[in-house]
Amino acid sequence: MSIILAIFLGLVILILAFAAIYHKNIKVAIIASGAVGLFASVLYLLLAAPDVALTEASIGSGLSTIIFFYVLNKIRQSND
Amino acid sequence: METLEIIGALVTLLGSIFIFLGGLGIVRMPDLFNRIQAGTKASTLGTILSLFGLAIINEAWIWKLLVIIFFVLITNPVSSNVISRAAHFRGIKMTDKTVADLLVDKSNKPGEE
Amino acid sequence: MVNTILIVAGVFMVLGILLSLFRFIKGPDITDRTVAFDVMTVTSISVIGLIAYFAGRIIYLDVALVYGLLSFLSVVAIGRYIEKGL
Repeated sequence: MSIILAIFLGLVILILAFAAIYHKNIKVAIIASGAVGLFASVLYLLLAAPDVALTEASIGSGLSTIIFFYVLNKIRQSND
Repeated sequence: METLEIIGALVTLLGSIFIFLGGLGIVRMPDLFNRIQAGTKASTLGTILSLFGLAIINEAWIWKLLVIIFFVLITNPVSSNVISRAAHFRGIKMTDKTVADLLVDKSNKPGEE
Repeated sequence: MVNTILIVAGVFMVLGILLSLFRFIKGPDITDRTVAFDVMTVTSISVIGLIAYFAGRIIYLDVALVYGLLSFLSVVAIGRYIEKGL
C-alpha cells in the first residue's frame, strides 16, 4: 500500500519540477520549487528517514523560498 | 476498546471527506476569493478532524496531536488573511454575484501600487 | 476494520492533493497558485499523520509540526511579497 503512495508522490514531484523549470513567470517557478521541497519531505518520511525529512522541509522549502523572494524584491522590475 | 478505535477511524474519514470537498471547491469556484473561502476553511476543518480521529485511536499520542491541532488552528486563518489582503491590493476582479466589499471603504483605491 | 477505513481516508486525501495540483497547474494568476500551495501543504499534514499511524512511530509527528510551521512562513512571505514588498 505504501508503494502506491510513493509512486503518486513521485509523479507529483515530477509535475511540479517540470512546472518549476519550464514556466515563464519566475514567481510561479519559485513557488513550484518550494512545493517540490515539501513533497520530497513527505517522500523521505515515507522512506523512514525523519531527520532527512526535517532538514529537507526546513532548507528546501522555508529558507530557499524566503531567500529567493528577498532577492527578487531587491531587483524588482517596474512591470510586474 | 474496539468501538473507540472504530469511532476514531470514522472521525478521520469525515475529516478526509472535508479535505476532498475543499479540493473540489478550489477547482469549481468561479472567483479567487471564493476559492480562498472554500479551500482554506474546509481544509482547516478536515485537518483538525483527521488529527483528532488519530488522537482517539491512539491515546498515547494525544498531547503531541493536540499541539499540532492548536498550531493549525492558529496559523491557517492568518495565512488565508494574508493571501486575501494581497489579492485585494493587487486588484483581482470579483465575480458579479458578490455584493459587498468592506475593505474598499476603509482604504484608498485598490489595485494602485 | 480500522486499517480499511484509514486507507479509504488516505485515498480521499490523495484526491484532494490531486485536485489542488490541477488548480496549481491551471490557475490564471499567482494568488490562485498560492492558495493551491496552501491547501496542498495543509493536506500533507494529514497525510503525515496517517503515515505516522501506519508506521507506529511518534517521532514522525515532529516532522508534521515543523512542516506546518515552514509552510505557514513560506505562504506569509509570498503574500507579503505580492502585497507591497517583503
